[in-house]
Amino acid sequence: MSLPDFGFYVLCATAVVLLAAQAVIHPTEFVQVCIFGLTQGSIYALVALGYTMVYGIIELINFAHGDVFTLGAYVGSAILGFFAISEGEFTTVNLIALLLVFPAVMLIMGGINVAIERVAYRPLRNAPRLAPLITAIGMSFFLEGVMFLWHGPATVHFPDILPKTATTIAGVFFGFKDVFVVVVAAILVALLAIFINRTKLGKAMRATAQDRDAAQLMGIDINRTIAATFFIGALLAGAGGMIWGLYYNTVYYQLGFRSGLIAFTAAVFGGIGNIPGAALGGLIIGLIAAFSDSYIGSKWTQVVVFGILIGVLVFRPTGLLGMRVPEK
Amino acid sequence: MSQRAAGGSGSILARFRLRERIRDRDQAVYGILIIAAVLFPLVTIYATDGTALVSQATRAGYFVLLAIGLNVVVGFAGLLDLGYAAFFAIGAYTYALLASPQLASSPAHHAVHLPFWLMLFVAMFVAAAAGAILGFPTLRLRGDYLAIVTLGFGEIVPQLFYNFDQWTGGINAVGIIDQPVLPAWIQGPWSGDGPVQIVRSFNFGGDPVAFYVLICILIAAAVILVSNLYRSRLGRAWMAIREDEVAAAAMGINTVTTKLLAFGIGASFSGFAGAYYAADVSLVSPDSFLFIVSITVLVMVVLGGMGNISGVIVGALVLYYVVFYLIPGLPENVTNLANSIGLSSETTHSLADATQHLNYIIYGAILVAMMLLRPQGLLPSRIREQELKHAAVQEEEAAVEMEHAT
Repeated sequence: MSLPDFGFYVLCATAVVLLAAQAVIHPTEFVQVCIFGLTQGSIYALVALGYTMVYGIIELINFAHGDVFTLGAYVGSAILGFFAISEGEFTTVNLIALLLVFPAVMLIMGGINVAIERVAYRPLRNAPRLAPLITAIGMSFFLEGVMFLWHGPATVHFPDILPKTATTIAGVFFGFKDVFVVVVAAILVALLAIFINRTKLGKAMRATAQDRDAAQLMGIDINRTIAATFFIGALLAGAGGMIWGLYYNTVYYQLGFRSGLIAFTAAVFGGIGNIPGAALGGLIIGLIAAFSDSYIGSKWTQVVVFGILIGVLVFRPTGLLGMRVPEK
Repeated sequence: MSQRAAGGSGSILARFRLRERIRDRDQAVYGILIIAAVLFPLVTIYATDGTALVSQATRAGYFVLLAIGLNVVVGFAGLLDLGYAAFFAIGAYTYALLASPQLASSPAHHAVHLPFWLMLFVAMFVAAAAGAILGFPTLRLRGDYLAIVTLGFGEIVPQLFYNFDQWTGGINAVGIIDQPVLPAWIQGPWSGDGPVQIVRSFNFGGDPVAFYVLICILIAAAVILVSNLYRSRLGRAWMAIREDEVAAAAMGINTVTTKLLAFGIGASFSGFAGAYYAADVSLVSPDSFLFIVSITVLVMVVLGGMGNISGVIVGALVLYYVVFYLIPGLPENVTNLANSIGLSSETTHSLADATQHLNYIIYGAILVAMMLLRPQGLLPSRIREQELKHAAVQEEEAAVEMEHAT
């Protein structure tokens, strides 16, 4: 075992021991924090998948992705406003509205992300590496600006339309919302896995990620495949934005920056370019953020999360699952 | 090499002229910059009867310093640093804490007031040390991974200054920071309020012109230092690493030390600029060092033309003007325009409001458009261009010679 690996395991072991101590001393609180971490982590997982897919295929840190996620919540809130929904309770209208709006927002976000790719990234496919990175940051500012123009700097209310059913089991409180978030995220991740592994387009994506030139020689339309990757990444981000809105009922225009960075950390944590890794990384980062919020203090969460980001890259650059990503 | 010698006098002459041209453009840019730097305070003080524009120029000055420093990291060594503002913050806080009453209300219970001239160098070394500490374990990482690490670092550092509020005042910021004091022989009886006043008094007690002169001197020193570094063995090693790290290592370059030096030197400039910033603004808060600062400096470097010092200075000045002057001034201009074409005051008002909200959109659009239209920057490095073209030029020359021979 090399020294970096050793350091990594020691750090992990220390964290696990400290958490186990907490679990034994205050089991109820611990489980409560875990539930919160898992719901939060499910959203991070959805966003992280978009980062990891785009990075895997064109090696670009798509800074605009976090803002696509936030924009999803904004658009969802706006479209829901057209329905006669009743807030604070759950009616048939709410259910119908949700069933219509959820996929609509996903598709709209997908379209927007494909447009972004077409305008800002495709013309720079053969430019120096820094060029698309800066256009990505530019697109991120642009989207934030659009949201700022739309609703101003204040937080925006998202309709509270999910049932408020909640139960308490052995002192642990959990509601329908928690279950909803985790289940929807799990379904979407499962669909993504099936898509990537079973369909022809999924296979094309994997091939393009592995070796773009060889994939092209095999007759794969590279531009179409990359556009599809952005589309699917944004579907998940849009879903993440909707879930965020439904769960927290509030969004603001700079949400995408901070939570985008955290989701990106999750993608790195799972091994960037690695799809199951991003989902797992999202859950773990969500748990870590929740633990840090309640055991260390929320003002330290950012330091903890980014400290972990640096630590992972130093000790284990291939990520948690340890899969080798081809170096280009 | 032997090929070039055998190329005949024609190609040597061609090469010689080429070198001349390279010198000419950069020298012309430097010349214009020096003249502009001298004329700017004279003209603006005369025209506006105030020093507000001069202190704006000073502010542009530390962005120039930051851009020169980041150019070493990104342009010379090809290491992407997305958390450069962190070193700026470290430099600023180093000076702010050790030259203000802040530490009196901290657990140390003792205010420290060290002189500015010493602290400039202390801040520089502290920032360089921070760069080395961050760089040592992480510089083995390649390309984007390094960018991500620096991004994380850039997010952590302001948060740390925010969190250790016992020491740094947290959100309340560090204020009343000491201003630089010049020794008496520079102020002198001939410049002060004494009976024999020959020139204007020159001290830093709230006089923006003094700060302006100092930043110009610092920038000049930085330019000389960095251009010499670029031509040195170290500069060539950076270039080699930038172009191909494996090949550079095979040529016997110690890649880790070389990259560490680039990182440390880049960070030291940032620390330098930070101490200066703290003294000038006299107020340091964690909010001044967010991601947007790192990005703005990076864009300055890319806009100017990576690796070309004069280009980077021009890029920094242009972007500073756009971001801190043109975009914030837009609502006012729109109002004036609308008034002059005779729109009602209500429309004017809403127009001004709308443009104010457009800041982010405009900045984002500028970034995208700039990269699409001119990804190599305004004044790209000529030497770098020529190096890449050189082989092609030689081939062409050979073809021409062949034609003449037949």
